[in-house]
Amino acid sequence: MANIMTTFGIWLAAFFTLSIFSFLYKDNPFYKFAEQVFVGLSAAYWLVYTIYNILIPNLFNKLFTDFAGNWVLLIPMLLGIMMLLRMFPKLQWLSLYPLALMVGTSAAMSMLLSFKSDFVEQMAATMINPFKFSSPVDVVGSIMLIVGTLCGVFFFYFSKKQEGFYKVPSKIGIWFLMISFGASFGYTVMARISLLIGRLDFLLRDWLHIIK
Amino acid sequence: MKKPDKTVIERRIVFLLLVLAVALPIILPLGLKTQSTPLTEQVYDLVNSLPAGAPVIISFDYDPSTITELQPMAEAVIEHAWRKGHKVIATAMWPQGPQVAEMAFNVVQARMEEKDPNARKLMYGVDYVNLGYKPGGMVTIQGMGRSMEAIFPTDITGLKYNKIPMLSPVRTLKDIRYVISLSAGDPGLRDWIMTANGKFNIPVAGGTTAVSAPGFLPYVNDQKQLHGLMGGLKAAAEYELLLGYEGTASLGMNPQSVAHVLILALILFGNIRAWKKRKADKLAQEAKHG
Repeated sequence: MANIMTTFGIWLAAFFTLSIFSFLYKDNPFYKFAEQVFVGLSAAYWLVYTIYNILIPNLFNKLFTDFAGNWVLLIPMLLGIMMLLRMFPKLQWLSLYPLALMVGTSAAMSMLLSFKSDFVEQMAATMINPFKFSSPVDVVGSIMLIVGTLCGVFFFYFSKKQEGFYKVPSKIGIWFLMISFGASFGYTVMARISLLIGRLDFLLRDWLHIIK
Repeated sequence: MKKPDKTVIERRIVFLLLVLAVALPIILPLGLKTQSTPLTEQVYDLVNSLPAGAPVIISFDYDPSTITELQPMAEAVIEHAWRKGHKVIATAMWPQGPQVAEMAFNVVQARMEEKDPNARKLMYGVDYVNLGYKPGGMVTIQGMGRSMEAIFPTDITGLKYNKIPMLSPVRTLKDIRYVISLSAGDPGLRDWIMTANGKFNIPVAGGTTAVSAPGFLPYVNDQKQLHGLMGGLKAAAEYELLLGYEGTASLGMNPQSVAHVLILALILFGNIRAWKKRKADKLAQEAKHG
């Protein structure tokens, strides 16, 4: 029975993979079917997963087994219910309060941590002595890091018209940005090809058994 | 019936060529080799530098949509940590993370047993544990800094935290020797950098999909915000190379390389055609205006 179910699962996965790939030829009912099944399944999976893996162990179990020790959980529960009231137009305004709380706390928390890791430490990482390295590659790399950072930031300085002397760092900055966009494109190509490799490997190995 | 225009046909030819460029090297591997880079070596060195018995976290912050890139990385990192005798704690910030962690543990265990049938069998709860999924990203990690048990009262099997032998010396995140987040997006590596490294000074290394890798490169710096970064399938293949085995990532580098050559050729071809067309248009315009 387990074998039959595994085989059925592989055929099902192969059908949906090919249905999605069929969009490369043109839009068609197979693609639409696969797309809509995916959307529906994902939504249902999330709902069930949230209930069984978040709400039950973190809220209901705690409240039912030790209410006195966990009564404070009633507050997030109430906020959660208020959030769901978005579905009722007349009570929609009540959802704004938990939303405000979420936006406020998460913005404040991430601001503190991002200020340290994305601003202070990033700045400190560019304040280096390039000549402390013994390898010429590292020296050149560090100089490029400093020049690239300064010129890149300068490119986004819009309070002064970038002409004459000011045009030079701005031009260098755009070159660095272009190179980084190129590198990002290269990485993106690699990621997309990897996904294709994964799917073709599945089709050739698990479905068609062409490779072992 | 309306005929598809030339660009649509050309696009279909490109897709077909790409499928062939990927499928053929999968069927007939070319034996292409990869070489390790400093970014991956840094991750390897971090794992290698710690003694046996060190409790470590591998966070599975991805789901099956990115297993092609991240699962070989997970398998390689787990194998390395186990070879060194580290106590591997799996956590997940993505709902399907615990399942992909289980898959990786099973594959590596089977591979290690096959390589050395006489070696000690790795035991759940002693050598590794799967604490499961927790939502909350940064907030959850901050909570782990106060009490691991409060955030993960049980593992995925329902076993209580204080009943798991390997977790007895691990009270908070500060008892962890390094964190490796295998991350496909948000929440993921960025949260670990900001919180585990930024707030608790725990060494953090990362493995990401190739798409997100450039965004994390600035964190590999003098400040050691990241102790190395593995970006995409190539980095997974590099880690396999450093461990001395050829896994799925190394095999995937054959089609990857062929596809890249094809894409380069297509970009070159497209640019030459565009340049020729521009030149012809310019000549035609000049002829028109005398």
